[in-house]
Amino acid sequence: MKRVQFEHSSIPYLFVAPQIAIIVIFFLWPAAQAIYQSFLLEDAFGLSSQFVWFRNYSDTILSTSWLQSAGFTAIFSLLVTFLSLSLALLLAVKANEVIRGASTYKTTLMWAYAIAPPVAGLMGNLMFNPLIGDLYKFFNAIGWDFNHKLDAFDASFVVILISVWKQVSVNFIFFLSGLQGIPKAVNEASMMDCRSPTRRFWTITFPLLAPTTFFLMVINITYAFFETFGIIDTTTQGAPGGATTTLVFKVYQDGFRGADLGGSSAQSVVLMILVLILTVVQFRYIERKVHY
Amino acid sequence: MKNWNWRLISTHAILIVGVLFMSLPVWVAFATSTHAPETILRDGLQFLPGSHFFTTYNEVLFVEGGVMKSVLGTTMLKNSLILGLGFAIGKVIISMLAAYAIVYFRFRLATPLFCVIFLTLLLPLEVRIIPSYEVLAKLGMLDTHVGLIVPLIASATGTFFFRQFFRSVPDELLEAARLDGATAWGFFIDILVPLSKTMIAAILIIMFVVGWNQYLWPLIMTTKEENYTLVIGIKQIYQILAEGGELPQYQKAFALTILATLPPVLVVLIFQNWFVKGLVESEK
Amino acid sequence: MANLALTGIRKTYPNGAVAVRGVDMTIDDGEFIVFVGPSGCGKSTLLRMVAGLESITEGSIHIGDRLINDVSPADRDVAMVFQNYALYPHMTVRGNMSYGLKNRGMPKEEINKRVNDAASLLRIGDYLDRQPNELSGGQRQRVAMGRAIVREPEVFLFDEPLSNLDAKLRVQMRIEIKRLQRRLNVTSIYVTHDQTEAMTLADRLAVINDGKIEQMGAPIELYNNPATLFVATFIGAPQMNLLPAQFDGEKLISNTLSLSGYDGLPQSQNLILGIRPDTLRTDDNGQLEMRVDLVEQHGADNLIYGAILNSENTDSEETEFCFKTGQEVMPEIDSTLRLGFDPDKTLIFDKESGDRLR
Repeated sequence: MKRVQFEHSSIPYLFVAPQIAIIVIFFLWPAAQAIYQSFLLEDAFGLSSQFVWFRNYSDTILSTSWLQSAGFTAIFSLLVTFLSLSLALLLAVKANEVIRGASTYKTTLMWAYAIAPPVAGLMGNLMFNPLIGDLYKFFNAIGWDFNHKLDAFDASFVVILISVWKQVSVNFIFFLSGLQGIPKAVNEASMMDCRSPTRRFWTITFPLLAPTTFFLMVINITYAFFETFGIIDTTTQGAPGGATTTLVFKVYQDGFRGADLGGSSAQSVVLMILVLILTVVQFRYIERKVHY
Repeated sequence: MKNWNWRLISTHAILIVGVLFMSLPVWVAFATSTHAPETILRDGLQFLPGSHFFTTYNEVLFVEGGVMKSVLGTTMLKNSLILGLGFAIGKVIISMLAAYAIVYFRFRLATPLFCVIFLTLLLPLEVRIIPSYEVLAKLGMLDTHVGLIVPLIASATGTFFFRQFFRSVPDELLEAARLDGATAWGFFIDILVPLSKTMIAAILIIMFVVGWNQYLWPLIMTTKEENYTLVIGIKQIYQILAEGGELPQYQKAFALTILATLPPVLVVLIFQNWFVKGLVESEK
Repeated sequence: MANLALTGIRKTYPNGAVAVRGVDMTIDDGEFIVFVGPSGCGKSTLLRMVAGLESITEGSIHIGDRLINDVSPADRDVAMVFQNYALYPHMTVRGNMSYGLKNRGMPKEEINKRVNDAASLLRIGDYLDRQPNELSGGQRQRVAMGRAIVREPEVFLFDEPLSNLDAKLRVQMRIEIKRLQRRLNVTSIYVTHDQTEAMTLADRLAVINDGKIEQMGAPIELYNNPATLFVATFIGAPQMNLLPAQFDGEKLISNTLSLSGYDGLPQSQNLILGIRPDTLRTDDNGQLEMRVDLVEQHGADNLIYGAILNSENTDSEETEFCFKTGQEVMPEIDSTLRLGFDPDKTLIFDKESGDRLR
């Protein structure tokens, strides 16, 4: 905190008031609403409701479809995080090495950041369109009996590919700036101490990038949880048979399509708890970073 | 020496493959959007621009029924701009004020209020989307710009960014300003805001992109076609293509993706340095 | 008119750390006072309490007849030059200098007049429309001073203002600050950890250690007559030589030394004999034998470092020793020098309390 602060009775409250008002109305109220509704069971017409304790939780969360979705979300998040981080790290390391064309590479590798997930989803969807999609035709031509409308593995492949594609640029930007943040003298010292570039990378550069990597892992898992909604909604829509339904997509599906408010709210609350756990991890990371 | 050359070549090869992987899909989307629907249906995706550029984009942007039932592409473009700009500007103003109070003032409720603000970071809008919708419905704010933009501002990412930045401003500046007789508001306007110019620009850019790209919230918030943003239009065209028709208008779908992509990409490219700085700074 | 009085000043931080433990001093109008001490001794805290940037736990501060404990920094009529200058980076030099005056609602012509006067005094008139990042370190330093001068305050406060400059510029600015203060005749407090700066600038010097004033007085007074071991070692470069000593009622004994003429000292095993390096001389009959380890040639002077030979208990640690002499004395490394000194110029301290006994 600042060594010197203003001491004033009312002014700071005026300054935080807009933010707090928005948070109370559009954050705390809905969050409380979600918790409240997660304990209610509404009849089919939404006319009356009944307090049912944890029944919504047990009904939805123990259902096969929720467990299937949770399993998919876990695998999906891990794969998207791992693949997009590896790809971005490879590209960042290479882009950091070249001198000629460095800025062109940098620009052309990062601009996809600005593309919205659903837009990426629709583009990918059209690339995999059975009628016109070259990728669809290509995979079938090389002997893979590819059909993402029917096959769960193929559908997951499409969703993961697009999600990774969309996320590479953000990771690339962070990795590149992390690499450029390593002092030149450290690189020069390591060049004198170690002949092999590969060994140099794994023993010096990669450990120095650890804070960035850890931060990006949290960012990427959050992305895979939430932001990929737009991709799934414009490609598989959770099909086939719920094989590509993430937890967030399921909240939306059950709440809006299925009009199961109680169940959907219970899922929301469970998601909140999951995110809270994720954040605790992030917090421990931040604390660790302070010691650096 | 020879060894070294091979290394350089492989480095460039990897980068070029990476660039193609990132850029080719968008290029193909653009190239295909400039062809006639018959061509696309017959020959598949196109790698070179065709002759239908003007026809396609004219229909999508200016002709009623060209892409949606009634709404024009230009209207969606306008809605997207309002969302992107409104979100970015609103967020910057509100979060700067809050961050200023938190960093520069000692007041009794500072800690509890800070905790409330921090809480919003933990829970994205997506997890409370349905109750949020209900609250907005109760307030009669569905299908309004305010109802669309303000709930998105509730998440305090910007506040944390500015908090971080303000904390990196040397303490002595406030001390010097106090000796110079600056008031709380005077220090904010005369010193802190001009000092944050670059940061404000960076946040505006990032938030414009984030706002422009919003999907789930506008999707459930807007019921009338005239309020659709371009990104929501994507959903509609997906629906149309999924249902199938006599002659699928793939070129329009591609044109829409290009239109929805172009403005944020341009912003990011033009203000690349600010944007990267802002994005990376927010990590700290 | 604008004398400054600190009475019973104490500072305790909320976490319990005590930074200043009881400071009393009166500073006369126009006097240049330097606070000197090691880092963390509380000297900056004391200065910031005068500025109003730190609250006062106990005690009172008066400027003239005015109690300023609860007066806001802006209304205390003090101006401060910060260690890192704290220039507003987005304002021009003129903007930086006039900001405080504008906030006081001063008419524009008056502001311009004051800024121009200060700028010509400091020779920064050509840079008035530049921004701080277009200036060199020395120029920024001048702007920071200009910002203080235009306010025409009752008291100037300097918080280690020269520590960010290179050695040559530091000496130059030091002279300039002194000259400026003489000319404006404004009461000033200057904080530094550099004893050369302290010695050369101060009318009076306050040596601060562990939140207390060890001694206050004219620089040369502190050099010649330090009240404590701390002051004796802190003031003067190279540092005073210290030898463990004992007094048996007749003679003062330290290693091979046996000196008479110290009547009146208490009998004690725990004394310290202090000899300034510049009071030594080569003397074939001298009692001190020094082995030469290193010779630093500073030009006019040579500093000879080594150890005092200890015939009695050779296994104990040798005492580091320094001898300041002219450039003509150039002994071989590992040779032995015989040194003499004037007992009247030596100082005797109690090892436990650090108090000076003679």
